[in-house]
Amino acid sequence: MKVTIDGIEIEVEPGTTVLQAARMIGGDVVPPAMCYYSKLKDTGGNCRACLVEVSKGSEADPRPMPKMMPSCKTGVMDGMEVKVKTSERALDARKAVTEFLLINHPLDCPVCDQAGECDLQNLSFKHGLEKTRFKEEKRTFEPENIGDKIQLHMNRCILCYRCVHTAEQVCGSRNHGVLNRGDHAQISTYVSAAIDHEMSGNMIDVCPVGALTDKTFRFKSRVWFNKPFDAHRNCDKCCGKTTLWMFGNEIQRVTARKDEFHEVEEFICNECRFDHKEVSDWVIEGPRKFEKWSVINQSNYTRKMDKVVIDTEKQILEGRDQDRKKISMKEVPYKTSEK
Amino acid sequence: MGQKILFEKIHIPGIKTYDVYRENGGYASVEKALKMNPDDITEEVKTSGLRGRGGAGFPVGLKWSFIDKKSGNPRHLVCNADESEPGTFKDRYLMEYIPHLLIEGMITSSFALGANLSYIYIRGEYMWVFKTLERAIKEAYAAGWLGKNIKGSGYDLDLHVHCGGGAYICGEETALIESLEGKRGNPRIKPPFPAVKGLWQNPTVVNNVESIATVPWIILNSGEDYSKIGLGRSTGTKLFSVSGHVKKPGVYEIEMGMTVDEFMNSDEYCGGMIDDRPLKGLIPGGSSVPILPKHLIFKTANGEDRLMTYESLSDGGFATGSSLGSGGFIVYNDTACIVRNTWNFSRFYHHESCGQCSPCREGTGWMEKILWRIENGQGTEEDIDLLWSIQAKIEGNTICPLGDAAAWPVAAAIRHFRDEFEYHVRFPEKIKNRDHFVNEPFEKVKHLLQNTTV
Repeated sequence: MKVTIDGIEIEVEPGTTVLQAARMIGGDVVPPAMCYYSKLKDTGGNCRACLVEVSKGSEADPRPMPKMMPSCKTGVMDGMEVKVKTSERALDARKAVTEFLLINHPLDCPVCDQAGECDLQNLSFKHGLEKTRFKEEKRTFEPENIGDKIQLHMNRCILCYRCVHTAEQVCGSRNHGVLNRGDHAQISTYVSAAIDHEMSGNMIDVCPVGALTDKTFRFKSRVWFNKPFDAHRNCDKCCGKTTLWMFGNEIQRVTARKDEFHEVEEFICNECRFDHKEVSDWVIEGPRKFEKWSVINQSNYTRKMDKVVIDTEKQILEGRDQDRKKISMKEVPYKTSEK
Repeated sequence: MGQKILFEKIHIPGIKTYDVYRENGGYASVEKALKMNPDDITEEVKTSGLRGRGGAGFPVGLKWSFIDKKSGNPRHLVCNADESEPGTFKDRYLMEYIPHLLIEGMITSSFALGANLSYIYIRGEYMWVFKTLERAIKEAYAAGWLGKNIKGSGYDLDLHVHCGGGAYICGEETALIESLEGKRGNPRIKPPFPAVKGLWQNPTVVNNVESIATVPWIILNSGEDYSKIGLGRSTGTKLFSVSGHVKKPGVYEIEMGMTVDEFMNSDEYCGGMIDDRPLKGLIPGGSSVPILPKHLIFKTANGEDRLMTYESLSDGGFATGSSLGSGGFIVYNDTACIVRNTWNFSRFYHHESCGQCSPCREGTGWMEKILWRIENGQGTEEDIDLLWSIQAKIEGNTICPLGDAAAWPVAAAIRHFRDEFEYHVRFPEKIKNRDHFVNEPFEKVKHLLQNTTV
């Protein structure tokens, strides 16, 4: 099947979705995905960040689709033409979704453990407004304890349903889900501290924001101060292939290996994730590479960094002088000589 | 006097019970249908031009013909009785007073679709109607119209009433199916459509109560006869639930093609405005369709009479028209405050959003908060533009039509009544009085706006 995405033609298998086809092309045309997860079935369609414009339905039916289509749930047809970054409508919709996701998000990135590897940060960096138009008080939830391994920050949640699908498909059973509806819908367990399954830690990895974070890593370090290493160990529950996040000689965090779309390559068990924090437990393979714009590369000490020289002091003071005159302290002279 | 199809027998005393209903010719359509070929019934419904009465107006016969009969999976018919649209109450009236008509329609339609297990999904708030239906179904079972080998035809049908938990979103067909399966009522992403994969992944047809209740008449007479009633592509009769500032609110069955003027002002129907206060606006199809201002109610934008048909009510698109929707006819006189009314609708959609997709989950709450601010005198000029921008961002970007339904009333209110929003923003001290719109209808204070500058 042939599909054209932003003018780039690609041959794909029947049953591929538009998003998967775009990922095969790679680069700029890949729509952002906040809820779709290729390793989990039935995910996608909720966040609407990956909306694209289908300008030609297929060879058989060349009409354009009237609505924006979620690329993660739209299967390709032969001869389909899709516009991602060339479509004004699609970009507008993406901006709209970014704004909607951010209005009730607490924006507490400075204290959030996910900062630096957060999909919502990336999305808002690319498509967000610099100012908020939301004046009201943000929606908040009562803090809730869902278990001794995973920290839930419901205020940060964007309800992607990934963790629900993880529990269903990776753990096999789930005792958490979505309660309530509308903007009061929340991820919760009905009985507190109920999430206890040997694969439950994968919910931390699939979470696109900082709603589910690792309790053993809480407030320990910013992710870009850690050095990521690929490592493995013999594990009878999972593949044992992980990324270790080191600070000096200390293993601060263990996660699964994530690819360029921030999706784990293979799920790992809780024992690997939480219980093996000694270097002697692991066979270290080498440093983990990240895409070149990732903030995690800050930890790459081999790169030569120029010394930053700030010589704008003079202009700063001038600006301040003007501001003082303009706004608050009009009456108060800046220099005594001005009187 | 227009022809009555659904309300033909509704005034007969005791029609709720099986015996009276049967004496008055009830279940005759089932007798006739069981001798017919199921595909012929579908064909008959197709010829009738009957359009879905739930709001979208999709032709019923066409929907039936989409059902996947080749797969060999069991098929289902689900009746959508989750009527929760503010302003619409026609289905409740029908089910409450003549429950056997719906059951008769269900049997006939199920036979046409080859469904052996059918459901009526009723909203949780209609508990007494639920009981009425249960009783009626029991009677139908006892009389042999349901169960195994109906009247010796070899056709089996089981019919169940399922009571919802009280969610507007479960009136969306895929959310209804999810809810019927016992899951959280989140709409599914289409495709696949229910006609291919619906209830328990089997081919399913979901139809409104009114659509199904019309089927017996079509079978007893013919699709041809039905298509002669009404006007153009809007065939047959339609129930309208009238509420608001009219003399005689209630449920009316009319032949489509009547003028809005006649419907509102003739004594047979609404009987005109409730008192001598003038008309201000009209919502012709339930809360989610755009409101029409005074000058667009009786005449369309190009000066033709506005008729009670799908086409005429939506004439001019959303700029100068509205939509027939589900027939919730809400009339406002000049003491209605459009801002408060829009806020109230927004509050409803905020409360009823399922929270699955982000534009609707966050957008509906945001719109409600802004409208609340404007309504309480804390709004600013920019808020009106902001509202416009938010509704445009929700519309069309959501999984199900609830996002659109939440956006349209806000869009229409700003489009047609922008000055009233401006009045709320510029005269907070006036509108802080809770019943300002009763003591000082907007028409009286409109002149104040001319003296203000932004």
